[in-house]
Amino acid sequence: MVHFTTEEKSAITSLWAKVNVEVAGGEILGRLLVVYPWTQRFFDSFGNLSSETAIMGNPKVKAHGKQVLNSFGNAVKHMDDLKGTFSHLSELHCDRLHVDPENFKLLGNVLVCVLALKFGKEFTPPVQAADQKVVAGVAAALAHKYH
Amino acid sequence: MVLSPADKSNVQAAWAKVGGNAGEYGAEALERMFLSFPTTKTYFPHFDLAHGSAQVKGHGKKVGDALTKAVGSLDDLAGALSALSDLHAHKLRVDPVNFKLLSHCLLVTLASHNPAEFTPAIHASLDKFLATVSTVLTSKYR
Repeated sequence: MVHFTTEEKSAITSLWAKVNVEVAGGEILGRLLVVYPWTQRFFDSFGNLSSETAIMGNPKVKAHGKQVLNSFGNAVKHMDDLKGTFSHLSELHCDRLHVDPENFKLLGNVLVCVLALKFGKEFTPPVQAADQKVVAGVAAALAHKYH
Repeated sequence: MVLSPADKSNVQAAWAKVGGNAGEYGAEALERMFLSFPTTKTYFPHFDLAHGSAQVKGHGKKVGDALTKAVGSLDDLAGALSALSDLHAHKLRVDPVNFKLLSHCLLVTLASHNPAEFTPAIHASLDKFLATVSTVLTSKYR
């Protein structure tokens, strides 16, 4: 189980409060599809993913990115029980969506890169370390119910 | 995985913006890696890893300079990095999983310092470049 110190929780929540979930979600999911194109395999129904411009401008990518990031926001509110919080989503990703948990790690790292992009110097090494713990915790929680 | 002409051009553009800061960015990436992925510290028991450590700065410069050399030799990375590849295979023997961790922290460092040079396309090309460098450095492991 992931344990967060008071300082880590504080670093994570204060940064998260400044994230524009609407915009960042699309940016993060879009970049996942651009940087790791094989992840597009899960999104055949999303229409045009043929180029960086098409992906980053795709309305379905933006909408789904927002949904994913809202879910992450939920993680930030429940850092002490990620496995419980993501139990249902874990079953969904295994049984219905058939997503290899490796993809959760890829998404987590893209999320961290986008935070670095947006927050610059404020995204110090200790702040990054705290956020790496959250994304690793979410990835593990989402994989927890796999069978 | 092959670096396309567009990838090479993206990497060169991004690295040009790094300018003379490659050493500083190398050190910052190492610091980020040691904090985010504590298992990586096991390769540096002989180092002072506190913030501002002269040893980390020195090592960061080695990493930065090696990457600068790689950026200048994108058409022959295996050749340019051959000596470093031997070193990592026979002497350092850093487990291959760790190259991804340092590569990620290098991306984070670049993103935080030069956001304008971290478009999705450049992000992708840099990720490919670092993965290719990592492959070269582990290519003689067995």
